[in-house]
Amino acid sequence: MNVFFYIAAAVALISTIMAISGRNAIHSLLFLILSLLAVSVVFYLLDAPFIAALEVIIYAGAIMVLFIFVTMMLNVGIERTTERKWLNPRMWIIPSILAAILLVDFILALKNVPSSLSINQVILPKQVGISLFSTYLLAVEIAAILLMAGVIGAYHLGSQKKKVTHRYLEKK
Amino acid sequence: MLTVPVEIQILFAGILFLLGLIGLLVRRNMIFMLMSIEVMFNSAGLVFIIAGNHWKQPDGQVMFIFILAVTAVEVAIGLALLLQVYHHYKTLDADSINKLKDYH
Repeated sequence: MNVFFYIAAAVALISTIMAISGRNAIHSLLFLILSLLAVSVVFYLLDAPFIAALEVIIYAGAIMVLFIFVTMMLNVGIERTTERKWLNPRMWIIPSILAAILLVDFILALKNVPSSLSINQVILPKQVGISLFSTYLLAVEIAAILLMAGVIGAYHLGSQKKKVTHRYLEKK
Repeated sequence: MLTVPVEIQILFAGILFLLGLIGLLVRRNMIFMLMSIEVMFNSAGLVFIIAGNHWKQPDGQVMFIFILAVTAVEVAIGLALLLQVYHHYKTLDADSINKLKDYH
């Protein structure tokens, strides 16, 4: 089982690196889907099969397809912008050093993790549902309000409005 | 039964988060910046699942479902904003979107 964890973690890390360093947006999105599927394998190994299924269905299935649709709609492909000069290797140095400092900090903070409960039990989706709709009922309702606001906001922002400009502001 | 030490598991999530952070700091294309934010959300959810597995409590998975809802809303709003930006400026470069008055 441990071998599967390390393989999935390696696939996730490599495909994430490929995703954030690629030139072509579609290729990067496909690498990101691969990374999400690898993380889903990790979820399955961590005794959370329900979450693994949600990761595949919602993250890789819905959110990433939304990304791909928008990218194809904009038809950007390889962007010809000022990013080209940002993408030379020297620009990666300072963010990478800062992130490495954070990583060392994080490793030092991980020194004293309390040991796990040694009971060998899988958390079933039934327990998750009971907890979701009893202890966290208020949070579920707040999430519903958030989704409603998201729907209205996306509809409002997505509609192509006719541009209204005062005639003094228009360029000659 | 997974016997990988929990430090290694959390380290994996931390490295994934830092990769997303590096991507957000370096990339200027707004699609890539949104993708990096996705990676960071995903690794935060991974930490919740690891902690829930560590303590054998369902709360971690509940929190992951909330993160999923927040991510879905964030992506919908972000992509709608991105469409508007592209409609106005004909570019997705974050550096060139620095004018308050809308140019044409």
